[in-house]
Amino acid sequence: MTVLDHLELSRRSLLKGGGGLVLYFSISPGRLAAQEGEPTPAPPAAAPSPPKLPGSLSDFPFLDSWIRIDNDESITVFTGKAELGQGIRTALSQIAAEQLKVDFSRIRLLTADTAQTPDEGYTAASHSMEKSGTAILHAGAYLRRMMIGLAAEELGVAAGDLKVEDGAVVSSAGERRSYGQLVSGRSLHVTVNDQTGFFEPGNYTVMGQPVPRVDIPGKVTGEPSYVHDLRLKGMVHARIVRPPKRGMRLSDLDTSRIDDMPGVIRVVRDGNYLGVIAEGEFQAIQAMQALQRAAQWEGGASLPSDTDIYDHLMKLPADTSVINGPETAVSPPDGAKIVEATYTRPYQMHGSIGPSCAVGLFQNGQLTIWSHTQGVYPDRAAIAEMVGMDERAVRLIHVEGAGCYGHNGADDAAADAALLARALPDRPVRIQWMRDHEHQWEPYGSAMVVRARGSVSGSGDISSWNYEVWSNPHTTRPGPAGNLLPAQLISASFEPEAPTNIPQPAGGADRNAVPEYSIPNARVVEHFISEMPLRTSALRSLGAYTNVFALESFMDELALAAGADPVEFRLARLEDPRARDVVTTVAKAFDWTGWEQRPGRGRGFAYARYKNLAAYCAVAIEVDVDGATGRIRLGRAVAACDSGQAVNPDGIRNQIEGGLVQSASWTLFEQVRFDAEGVHSADWAGYPIMRFPSVPETVEVHVVDRPGEPFLGTGEASQGPAAAAIANAVADAIGVRIRDLPLQPERVRAAMQA
Amino acid sequence: MITLNVNGSTFDTETAPETPLLYVLRNEMELNGAKFGCGLGQCGACTVLADGRPIFSCLTPIAMLAGREITTLEGLGSIDSPGPVQKAFMDEQAAQCGYCIPGMIMRAHALLLQNSAPDETTIREALEPSLCRCGTHMRILRAVHRASEGFQQQTSAAGEASQ
Repeated sequence: MTVLDHLELSRRSLLKGGGGLVLYFSISPGRLAAQEGEPTPAPPAAAPSPPKLPGSLSDFPFLDSWIRIDNDESITVFTGKAELGQGIRTALSQIAAEQLKVDFSRIRLLTADTAQTPDEGYTAASHSMEKSGTAILHAGAYLRRMMIGLAAEELGVAAGDLKVEDGAVVSSAGERRSYGQLVSGRSLHVTVNDQTGFFEPGNYTVMGQPVPRVDIPGKVTGEPSYVHDLRLKGMVHARIVRPPKRGMRLSDLDTSRIDDMPGVIRVVRDGNYLGVIAEGEFQAIQAMQALQRAAQWEGGASLPSDTDIYDHLMKLPADTSVINGPETAVSPPDGAKIVEATYTRPYQMHGSIGPSCAVGLFQNGQLTIWSHTQGVYPDRAAIAEMVGMDERAVRLIHVEGAGCYGHNGADDAAADAALLARALPDRPVRIQWMRDHEHQWEPYGSAMVVRARGSVSGSGDISSWNYEVWSNPHTTRPGPAGNLLPAQLISASFEPEAPTNIPQPAGGADRNAVPEYSIPNARVVEHFISEMPLRTSALRSLGAYTNVFALESFMDELALAAGADPVEFRLARLEDPRARDVVTTVAKAFDWTGWEQRPGRGRGFAYARYKNLAAYCAVAIEVDVDGATGRIRLGRAVAACDSGQAVNPDGIRNQIEGGLVQSASWTLFEQVRFDAEGVHSADWAGYPIMRFPSVPETVEVHVVDRPGEPFLGTGEASQGPAAAAIANAVADAIGVRIRDLPLQPERVRAAMQA
Repeated sequence: MITLNVNGSTFDTETAPETPLLYVLRNEMELNGAKFGCGLGQCGACTVLADGRPIFSCLTPIAMLAGREITTLEGLGSIDSPGPVQKAFMDEQAAQCGYCIPGMIMRAHALLLQNSAPDETTIREALEPSLCRCGTHMRILRAVHRASEGFQQQTSAAGEASQ
């Protein structure tokens, strides 16, 4: 099913039902009650207290939450996860096709929609394959076994005498029952029990194959593919005006000149919230520009500057906790070589190429929002709270946007659509942000500081390890209405909730701060700073990017002190055979031992298992550093990834390669610029990112397949290792360590002259 | 009224002449290929061709385009019959979110019209105005190399036919 079909379906349903869609699907009673804050009731009698089911089946144990088969043989698979460009639409369809033994093209996959799909929370944390993929895997296998059982009964033959082919069960005598015939008149509202022993990875023909992405043909030929492409009948266009900086109040506004502009339908003002709706899109932009000139603002919070931000953050109150190792710092033994280092990472942005966009329609008391949010259910709850509506009268439908890489402006734009649509009932209102809205108002990835102090003994052992990380929050998603920017601006404003850190073992600020290496008494301390000078939230890999950059840089610094080869130094402390495999795969493919140094050229290596729980990834890269300019040129890059059972190896390669290149951009170029006057990174000139001439010479990715092993999230696995590998390669090339990101030419020149 | 020539057909519009082409393409002609990215000519998502040369449609007023041949992504082929560059992007699976890809394809097409056998450096320089945030660059480069093979075959076939 294409995005277009999805839109058509939504539109038809919407017109027919006046916004209220009546479609049967199964929400587990446990989950519903939990949302309302009540204790989880006992499961129904038909499902005698099952053990904890795998993936998202634990929340939605019923088969009909995941798969529907109609009499016309059509097969619909449901996921609460959203396609973000990571390719899950294709990978999840592959799992369903494999387990149901039907042709791939027959799978119709419905993604995140509060009227149709299970509540799988946010499409985040690289969880889609682990949670939704695992649920569909088990539901598909369960359904296939159920079909065989029903056919055996109907045909009066033994189950062993039956085989499944393209959606039908066939006996050795050639008698045939289609899935549609078998389920006719039967309920699929049954618990998916454990499937242990039912999978046959050796016989898979769809899973494990590089099936081409289903969405690419439409995207490269101009088919409607994004929420930006949605054109509903009678749709009008809106633009917003945000305050010049955070905390400012709208003190005066004369709209008389704007009201008369061509095409203008309405100026929407609610407290400090300001927007304009017009018939034409460019008319809305022209009105927005006039509105910007007309609006008078006062007050506002003063910001620190990007040059003193680290000192500023470290002086703010912090929630300090020892997350690993002894309570007090470990002293290096006498005679040990001591290494101390401080690493910093500035605020960095998601910087989606397409600015946030949403369409809202308020009609007959129902509010429908089409959005590229990562979480239709949590966003719906927050929006309903903001506008004071019953959640059941609000529907959120996910439609793809430009790549988001975490909590960007999507949810806020959806909230804009809600406010603007409520101001103009019965007409679909499309809001798209301008570039400066996205750059200046999206929540950034937090600035962070890491201080490491360790030592190596004469025998080369790591004899002490003290690691401390300071960080702002890495998740301030809605959540309550107050986490939506527009809700903070309206006259009946909402306050954001007090941010919390994601606890170990996944961690947020401290994600990947605990070394996976065998290091006795490794002490890791987290300083979680709640007060945010700039709004921060989830940027792809959260704290892991900084922690892996710091931890893997520090491993190289210790290896250097020990006079050890960086790869050997790591392998000597890695016990997990799967970790060792990705390390040795990269070392071999890169020809680590045979590599020859030249003046100005260096090589770097890094490894991490994302969250210490998900995909394993190692990266090696070589760089050339121009001593005169300080410019870093990325040469050959090699990566290896173990994502468990590989469903779509090309999808894994695409994610690892893309993560590596994106991280190279963060690492070499990116820093949000700001001072007391506000955020100055308002466009791509004020926030440069990597362009084609600077991308690596080559990137090769090796997928280490593990048939039958659980899926491991991959989308955030390569960012940390890529950053550290580049930093290690630069240190190798110039003989000096740069510990402050980004590795800009002036920093390189300064380091070389020091 | 301004008459535009888009993908070989004429289109009359009453829209104000200062309106950038992008809004007429997307909202009046319902063409999705050109995307709004920055409105500043910094990212290339809106790229279309005017007389075979890439332009930023988010900045170029329609008043400047009367009488010029405009080509959008849709002018290169369709989902059922993709053009050689589109086909090469499909074959190389050269997209993640895909939002920047139409601009990349237009710029690559314009390059190949001028130079059907560009080397790696030439391709990188030609694509420099276009930003990709997903890190799909390596695949995009491979797709342009692949497309150039298609262009060369076309050129040599045309050459043989004319002899």
